[in-house]
Amino acid sequence: MRSNSPTCRVIVAVVGVVAICLGLVPGWAPAAEEVVLYTARHYGQEKAFDAFTQKTGIQIKSLNGDAGQLFERLKAEGDRSPADVLITVDAGNLWNAARAGLLAPVTSAELTRNIPAHLRDPESRWFGLTMRARTIMYNTKKVNPADLSTYEALGDPRWKGRLCLRSSGYIYNQSLLATMIKRHGEPRTEQIVKGWVANQPTIISGDTKILEAIAAGQCDVGLTNSYYLARMLAKDASFPVAPFWANQGTTGTHVNVSGGGVTAHAKNRAAAVKLLEFLSTLEAQQMFADTAMEFPANPKAETNPIVRAWGPFKHDDIGVASAGEFQAAATRLADRAGYK
Amino acid sequence: MAVPLLVVGTAWRHPAGAVWRHLWDTQLAGLIVNTLGLAAAVGAGTLAIGTALAWLVVAYRFPGRRVFEWALVLPLAVPAYVIGFAFLGLFDFSGPVQSALRRALGDEWRVPELRSGWGVALVMTLVFYPYVYLLARSAFREHGLATLETARSLGRSRRRAFFGTVLPMARPSLVAGVSLAMMEALADFGTVSTFGYRTLTEAIYRVWHGMFDRAAAAQLASLLLLLALALLGLERALRGRRRFTQGHRPAGGVAGVRLRGWRARVATGACLAVLGLAFVLPVGQLLLWAGELVGGARVPANFGALLGSTFALAAGAALSICVLALILAYAVRLHPSPGARFVAQFSSMGYALPGAVIAVGVLAPIAWLDGVLRDVVQLVLGRPLDLLLTGSAVAVLFAYAVRFLAVGYQTIDASLARVPPSFDEAARSLGVRLGGTLRRVHLPLMRGGLLTAAILVWVETMKELPATLLLRPLGLKTLAIEVWELTSESLWAEAALPAIAIVLVGLFPLMLTTHLTNGPARGPE
Repeated sequence: MRSNSPTCRVIVAVVGVVAICLGLVPGWAPAAEEVVLYTARHYGQEKAFDAFTQKTGIQIKSLNGDAGQLFERLKAEGDRSPADVLITVDAGNLWNAARAGLLAPVTSAELTRNIPAHLRDPESRWFGLTMRARTIMYNTKKVNPADLSTYEALGDPRWKGRLCLRSSGYIYNQSLLATMIKRHGEPRTEQIVKGWVANQPTIISGDTKILEAIAAGQCDVGLTNSYYLARMLAKDASFPVAPFWANQGTTGTHVNVSGGGVTAHAKNRAAAVKLLEFLSTLEAQQMFADTAMEFPANPKAETNPIVRAWGPFKHDDIGVASAGEFQAAATRLADRAGYK
Repeated sequence: MAVPLLVVGTAWRHPAGAVWRHLWDTQLAGLIVNTLGLAAAVGAGTLAIGTALAWLVVAYRFPGRRVFEWALVLPLAVPAYVIGFAFLGLFDFSGPVQSALRRALGDEWRVPELRSGWGVALVMTLVFYPYVYLLARSAFREHGLATLETARSLGRSRRRAFFGTVLPMARPSLVAGVSLAMMEALADFGTVSTFGYRTLTEAIYRVWHGMFDRAAAAQLASLLLLLALALLGLERALRGRRRFTQGHRPAGGVAGVRLRGWRARVATGACLAVLGLAFVLPVGQLLLWAGELVGGARVPANFGALLGSTFALAAGAALSICVLALILAYAVRLHPSPGARFVAQFSSMGYALPGAVIAVGVLAPIAWLDGVLRDVVQLVLGRPLDLLLTGSAVAVLFAYAVRFLAVGYQTIDASLARVPPSFDEAARSLGVRLGGTLRRVHLPLMRGGLLTAAILVWVETMKELPATLLLRPLGLKTLAIEVWELTSESLWAEAALPAIAIVLVGLFPLMLTTHLTNGPARGPE
């Protein structure tokens, strides 16, 4: 037994540590008024939450996760779920949450006044809170913006070997393709995607990585969300990449949202609605725009100066909800077209 | 333990014909080839590197050996996707290495694309070789040198003694290590998606999140499970009826051969190269990122809580899984029927599945149990009950057990397999009870194996993301979750500090075991 004793001591020590640490895990102490938030959006919203708590005295408890997983947890918890509000990025995700019955409709004059109709659910189960454009990014030293026009035209042979794309499994690309299907139908969209594939795009994981690749000259053009470039420019104003607003002469640039809704079994429904309403106000929208560098969903709020410098643009006002409707079709289409 | 795996299987009640036809038409064959190819490459790579390094540090003396002996385990403490990202950061087209090469050699200069099969295999080999290294090292320590000496004294050359005697005796440990590495490769999502390499696991996520078809995703997952079972079955068939056991106590007294001159330099250089690539480079990149932060790196306000919960969950998992694995391995030893062996193997198959699939598989039975509890309480006390298990630490620990039992079981089983059954018989015939045999005969002989199992589980748990994310209680957050939240927004500089903390928390048990196995154990014997 003698040689065994250090092991025993370690086990005792470990058990002790576990017991102490588990004691530190917050229990279920009933707090003052609170709202429980499940969120798949993890950046640039804390300031707005703090302002909400300061204003109303309502505490926010949040559980961050990945959208697909949070949906599974909500389903499993059923009518006993502690969640009151669900926030996630991408309209397709919001559409799917609504279809799975996870969200309850909200009637609020303030929300309908603050958020434009095409950025929210027609049945008022979710509301877009921020807007982001997914558009063409180009190297300012190597590309003449006059050569750029539309998403479709990225299939032009002149971009052969010069295009960087993110994988088709990436949710924002799925939503872009889904809205294209809604506009043009599957055959035409498949043709467009095949055009991109024929240009042998370099598939890069991460929008920031794509921007770095464009800056370094690995490729000359790519598709990314707008705020990633804004964050790069905030760090380095001479970063040689600029956005080109796609499809200005036709349908307008594709936009997506991050947004939220009240859960079907919310225990603190009144507080939950209050939170959503607050997040749509000018005050909170300004915080979103300044920290996350997205476009505020509320048109009265001002964009960050870096973003404003890119100038106004026409955005595709097709209801973002269609992103969800055609998402599965978009995934299959990408597979068929050989878009990795 | 097998319940969540069976939950995955029940998805077949509604076969997703359309999705399968679509996958068949477009990519299924390629996915299977990619997946198997990756697993094979990672298996071969980790076997070669892990075994060679383990033998080097056990059987030879060379400058730096005492440091390398424990330092070579370090890459295990770094999450695979962090190493992958650091590699891309350094060696990508826009990274410093290629930029410098282009400046020196002209703009047309290109290196082979890292975002490809070989890039993924290289990164995974570097991250997962420590499994083989750790298991091989404890096997070589327990019997390797003494066996070598015996074989040599019988007139065998050093090389023939190694390949003919030492390696076959270490086989259970080597197989255990390699199968852990291969199962990791099968289940990995983070690295393959970072490198844009398409495997079955990647397809599972695509079907689940892109087509919102969870049933089809689960059916794909069961295909993955089948592949893993086939791999293990293949090994058993190759091993046949041979058994290798070891009769005497760990031979601490036999010293390694001192290397001199160029041989010593090659040995030191090899260890340095592996350690440099797999640990120093990525951690250095993390430190650089942390340094890049505007206004310097800040320690997050909740750092203490993050550290505490990461520690608690890792320790809880290490303890519960080792006990569970020991019971399982011991039960199979006492009743070695093919049925028992299959049950034990199958319960530890969770390791070959992506964590997110396991997490959802765990969620179903837990939520069901919560429903039963509610009904019972309603009936007995006449009042409703809050969710007790769903979103509790118990659920998280259960998921860890399902996912990481393989790590504990493979390691402990391999260690137990080297104790000859005649020892059990001798002890029992001397009137020692079952518990006494375990405590006084097996546990002391298996100490190295048990500790190895505990560290491996600890390090795995610490890095675990999807199950913790899905099942954790409100307000509970670990370091891995913090890193993920930041990296999912491409905030690598901000993520660097918590990532470094993960590495440090992983170092703690590594140093503890080095102290325990090298320190007191060596002295009196």
